Amino acid sequence: MARRSAPEVNAGSMADIAFLLLIFFLVTTTMEKDKGIARQLPPIQEDNIIPPKIKEKNLFIVLVNKNNDIMVNEVPMELRNLRKSAIDFLDNGGASSNSPEYCSYCKGNRKPSSSDNPNKAVISVQNDRLTTYNTYIAVQNELVAAYNFLRNRESQRLYGWDYTEAKKDMGLGRYKGKAKDKINKKLKEIQQMYPLKLSEAQAKKQVAN
Amino acid sequence: MSKFTKKKGNELPPISTASLPDIVFMLLFFFMVATVMRETDLLVEQNLPKADQVEKLKKDRSVFIFAGKPSDQYKDKYGDEGRIQIGDKYTEISNIGLALTEARGKLNPELQSSVVVALKVDDDTNTGLVTDIKEKLRELNMVKIIYITTPGNQLDN
Repeated sequence: MARRSAPEVNAGSMADIAFLLLIFFLVTTTMEKDKGIARQLPPIQEDNIIPPKIKEKNLFIVLVNKNNDIMVNEVPMELRNLRKSAIDFLDNGGASSNSPEYCSYCKGNRKPSSSDNPNKAVISVQNDRLTTYNTYIAVQNELVAAYNFLRNRESQRLYGWDYTEAKKDMGLGRYKGKAKDKINKKLKEIQQMYPLKLSEAQAKKQVAN
Repeated sequence: MSKFTKKKGNELPPISTASLPDIVFMLLFFFMVATVMRETDLLVEQNLPKADQVEKLKKDRSVFIFAGKPSDQYKDKYGDEGRIQIGDKYTEISNIGLALTEARGKLNPELQSSVVVALKVDDDTNTGLVTDIKEKLRELNMVKIIYITTPGNQLDN
């Protein structure tokens, strides 16, 4: 007797099964790519170290109280103006042209009452314990934005690319071999022109209202 | 002329759906590969604050700390105060060290020295809690941190 060939399996429902699985994975997928503001905390210091003296004009003190109001150098300020005034402060370059602290690349107002040099300028953020995290991050974001703005400006002037873009590409491993070292060196140079000097004093119990 | 008359009256053939499963499978594999199953159950609320000056987090070398108010189903038990979650459970400030060391132990050994602590903090939390965490991290000498945010800008709203 001739063997009958096996009947073909109907594959019509294959699509349905695949769809079912597809929808399951569609629903469970979270394309998580966490991003955020990176920071390096200062190491614990021994008590007997005397903190270095910083001239008052080189300090940009940002106070945030428990009602999320912002005060900069004793003057109340809106959050939207913070970036601009931080840029003005960092980029001021107030030291006179014959002093060793003269800043040749600064484009600020060169007011003698504001910071001497980006290397000297320190931004200090002090917040109340009851400040909301929301405001805290917003302030940090604006201050980092000020640094990024200045660094981008200088890297555009010197090398023709954005500091932040190059840093991002570096993080993604887009540069290889020699180019990597070269770009890294340039990034370091820019960082030295505008070093991130953001100090965070421990949150005070109560800051002035 | 019969060549041409033949076609007359012919309707459009139905579109073959035989390749439909292939297309669906392709999509399926894509999502299967891209899917990351949630590793931890969130016990705290997580509305992350907005920021735009951000850097990417390197997942292979990071440990997570969550903080915020307990989520709705835990409110009765744990109250309204901001709490810290590491791994799958609530952690007290004093126990952060232990919990973090444990979390770090799960990372690739080569990367353990360059560990980054990712802080996922609800935007309604008091900064005091974050400050406490940071103080603790300094003591533990895990000084690289990253505040996880969502894209956007605080000024826009």
